[in-house]
Amino acid sequence: MSENGHHVVSPKIYATILAALLLGTYITVQAAKIDLGPWNIVLALTIAVTKMTLVILFFMHGKYSPRRTQLVIISGFFWLAIMLGLTLMDYGTRHPEPSRSANPSAILTHRV
Amino acid sequence: MHRTGELYGQFKTLDQQKETATLGMWIFLVTEILFFGGLFLTYTINRHQFPTAFGIAGNMLSLPLGFANTIVLIASSFTMAMSVWSAQTSRKKAIVVWLIATLVLGGVFLGVKVKEYKDKFDHHLVPGYHFDITYCRNNPSACGLSGKALDDEKKEVDEAIKVEKEYAQQQGFADPATTGMAAVNAHAQLYFSLYFGMTGLHALHMIVGAGLLLYLILEARKGRFDANYNTPVENIGLYWHFVDIVWIFLFPLLYLINRHLV
Repeated sequence: MSENGHHVVSPKIYATILAALLLGTYITVQAAKIDLGPWNIVLALTIAVTKMTLVILFFMHGKYSPRRTQLVIISGFFWLAIMLGLTLMDYGTRHPEPSRSANPSAILTHRV
Repeated sequence: MHRTGELYGQFKTLDQQKETATLGMWIFLVTEILFFGGLFLTYTINRHQFPTAFGIAGNMLSLPLGFANTIVLIASSFTMAMSVWSAQTSRKKAIVVWLIATLVLGGVFLGVKVKEYKDKFDHHLVPGYHFDITYCRNNPSACGLSGKALDDEKKEVDEAIKVEKEYAQQQGFADPATTGMAAVNAHAQLYFSLYFGMTGLHALHMIVGAGLLLYLILEARKGRFDANYNTPVENIGLYWHFVDIVWIFLFPLLYLINRHLV
């Protein structure tokens, strides 16, 4: 803590986070070239979420912020989860969308 | 805007004043999360709907340029964090140096983006009348394609056309070959619309960020920021890191998902 009460994160931590982020970027590019079936996207997103968490906690001082600020940060992802979750739930439980073609007559046929 | 770090009447302490400013910045960033979130949602749904066309279109982006830009942007987040540290520890000259480094890296990112956009323009991959997903397949020299890269391009584009043609046949459309081709082009245009929309909005945020950095540099040169007063550096830093986070998701989602098929 500095004298004005704000936590000062040391350059050493920043450099460590930088190294972790660069490593994550390298791994995600290498992993993308291997065929993991449906797990490619899962792995890519897991690495992205990890990188984001590191940026928020350390670069953005989320780890050292007052509880009130942390609550606001978490609320952002909570609203995002509602938007993504409920919309995807809707798409996931509908009948398969028939109109995969640009042909307008095709769309009409399948509306029946 | 208060510039000197004096205590305003509605606050008890400077600490409380600063915390309030940071809280306000975070509330703004929450709206930004949802703003970009809507685009990510649109992308997810369309990608799920048209996996083949999105896959081949995504593989037409330049992986080396996207990878380089990711590194540049992450490095700029580091230099931004170092600007905040310099301000918090009253290193007045270092603040200016780190801020300029951040601005330069941001400029490099935007420069690479311009190059990428220009390539897409030359390769007929900008949505509109001249859009043609087969342009590079049919004019490889114009796109600098040869050897394995050209084979991959042919393999992918032909595969996508085949998939859509089979679908058209299955559905009993009058002219499956033409319909199939039109479908691939339409869906690939959807991908590129989202690509330009999302990276364009991200680039716009970078341009705004560059303007904010310029303001910080001018103020920092006057020696305005120190351990007692650094709220603008801290809050613009938050904004800059947020823009970095958006790219951390854009890069794998736009560039990487179908790379293993090549």
